[in-house]
Amino acid sequence: MGKCMQGFLDEQFMELEELQDDVNPNFVEEVATLYFKDSARLINSIDQALERGSFDFNRLDNYMHQFKGSSSSIGASKVKTECTMFREYCRVGNAEGCLRTFQQVKKEHATLRKKLEHYFQASQ
Amino acid sequence: MLNPGVVGGSSNSDPFPAGLRVLVVDDDPTCLMILERMLRTCLYRVTKCNRAEIALTLLRKNKNGFDIVISDVHMPDMNGFKLLEHVGLEMDLPVISKLMSADDSKSVVLKGVTHGAVDYLIKPVRIEALKNIWQHVVRKKRNVSEHSGSVEETGGDRQQQQRDDDDDGGGDNNSSSGNNEGNLRRRKEEEQGDDKEDTSSLKKPRVVWSVELHQQFVAAVNHLGVDKAVPKKILEMMNVQGLTRENVASHLQKYRIYLKRLGGVSQHQGNMNHSFMTGQDPSYGPLNGFDLQGLATAGQLPAQSLAQLQEAGLGRSSSLIKPGITSVDQRSFFTFQNSKSRFGDGHGQMMMNGGSGNKQVNLLHGVPTGHMRLQQQQMAGMRVADPSMQQQQSMLSRRSLLDDAVVVRNSSRVLPGATHSVFNNSFPLASAPGMSVTDTKGGSSSATAAFCNPSYDILNSFPQQQHHNNNRVNEWDPPNMGMVFNSHQDNTASAAFSTSEAYSSSSTHKRKREAELVAEHGQNQQQPQSRSVNPMNQVYMNGGGSVRVKTETVTCPPQATTMFHEQYSNQEDLLSALLKQEGFPLLDSEFDFEGYSIDNIPV
Repeated sequence: MGKCMQGFLDEQFMELEELQDDVNPNFVEEVATLYFKDSARLINSIDQALERGSFDFNRLDNYMHQFKGSSSSIGASKVKTECTMFREYCRVGNAEGCLRTFQQVKKEHATLRKKLEHYFQASQ
Repeated sequence: MLNPGVVGGSSNSDPFPAGLRVLVVDDDPTCLMILERMLRTCLYRVTKCNRAEIALTLLRKNKNGFDIVISDVHMPDMNGFKLLEHVGLEMDLPVISKLMSADDSKSVVLKGVTHGAVDYLIKPVRIEALKNIWQHVVRKKRNVSEHSGSVEETGGDRQQQQRDDDDDGGGDNNSSSGNNEGNLRRRKEEEQGDDKEDTSSLKKPRVVWSVELHQQFVAAVNHLGVDKAVPKKILEMMNVQGLTRENVASHLQKYRIYLKRLGGVSQHQGNMNHSFMTGQDPSYGPLNGFDLQGLATAGQLPAQSLAQLQEAGLGRSSSLIKPGITSVDQRSFFTFQNSKSRFGDGHGQMMMNGGSGNKQVNLLHGVPTGHMRLQQQQMAGMRVADPSMQQQQSMLSRRSLLDDAVVVRNSSRVLPGATHSVFNNSFPLASAPGMSVTDTKGGSSSATAAFCNPSYDILNSFPQQQHHNNNRVNEWDPPNMGMVFNSHQDNTASAAFSTSEAYSSSSTHKRKREAELVAEHGQNQQQPQSRSVNPMNQVYMNGGGSVRVKTETVTCPPQATTMFHEQYSNQEDLLSALLKQEGFPLLDSEFDFEGYSIDNIPV
């Protein structure tokens, strides 16, 4: 994990790299792919929920809980931080805070995706 | 037998068993994939599942197809806790709950434990944490084997794949490696406790509670009355060949916890309080339930230990893990929970006459004050457990709780805590078992004295204990709890140990394992049960939650019971003692008897 990754990914990512071996040489990339696919789905759901404008905080929090879970599993630290903020806004029922933070979540998510794409390409 | 694979070298010098069959349930595909990879790295056999219902179906279809279940508790389709419960009730599998390290992690952990989880993992999961999950399986198996009377067998049954052997009592392949201490202890106990083993040396086949069987069971229980149903009668009514009283007893215990959970814990606790108060030193009553709570809430440490105690006392520490608790344990469990009501009714007939054949009853008799303290703690722990369970922070750390419990108990007797401490470290098998609990014989007499006048200053003792177990207190080791519990039961009724006998009767089964302990502690061997306690631990979860008490059927030597009768005329004392015993062992699987001498017990 190079410098470009610093801050974006934490030790958990390194744990994953340790799991990679000759038998499973692309494990990390596989996990990352799965993560982005699944998280895209969650982001979509949250987007739609927010667009509806009804702000069912419970529901939003549920989605975010899942999203945060998988993000932490791959070590996406920045994304995770934004998720936590989002959940906090949900907890207090701050709709505007949720909207704002969610933009951040998406931004970090997209950034990470790009970085990882480069990372995997480079390591091949 | 599969040779245990060594992955990365375990610290115990015992390679964890390869081939352990794990079922992983998580709705997050990323986590599922990662976990699978990690488990495979540990050489476990993994089955993935993203829905709780599917998991349940899988488990039901392959009753003996898995050794352990790891389940996320935050799943959309089915409440993860429900899954825990089901698994616990229906199968005898250890379940580890998986949760996110988020705001409410403490309460979630508590909830998981209440539902029977034997342990918990926090996301993101590290592979290190997974390396030790086999211990839960071993522990459970040990408890089961112990019941079957082969102490050696239970010892290091790490070969999970030998699940089939479980039916034989699963003790055949004791891999003592993991439980060096435990093995040593067991050996010692065995030697001393050979005579104590009243149960057949045959391994008891593990009973699988199928839907039909369970329905029969429920019908019998309803017919007899939930509160009055005793394993013996239930067994008779069910009239199922091959089913032993211990099987029924352990299942009953779990069932009761389950019902309790459904119906609210209050009732049970109420009973407990009641029984405590009845015929006992009034100071006990309030002390038990309330003071402990106060203590618990007062400080983190106490609370944690209480929780542990509570868990231990009440039932399974972990989620639905199988009810491997020996019947004896169950009894103690029951007595603890139910006996209270019984006592209230007039002295736990169950206990006394061993209608259920619980030795536990006897235990109460001789329960010295020291025990009471423990029990109180337990009670308190139990009660407190609900609110303060949050303190239970690391189920993984298994010790502190037990230590506390042990400490408490130790006050009543002098127990060699050394051995326990060793166990505390997550030696699921060996250590926890109340080995340390053994009180010196000498203690019994003094213990008796101490008991005479139970001055429960749990409040006082708590802090003390806390000190003792500083390092341990905070660790609630559910599995340990079970062990603790068992240890009580192990107390074989040896006349020599009047008090211990009381306890031992209920934990005769433990005795076998802890022959050594038994010899030592005349008074309450809360610890000895550590081995069998494990399962119990799981069971003893706070009554509030669906704690399933998985008790292995421990056969208490009938003699012990009788002895108690003779020795303790005061059922109430016995009850309190019993309660104490039960309460404590549960909490600390590792009896860390810090050497509370009886003298310390304010009588």
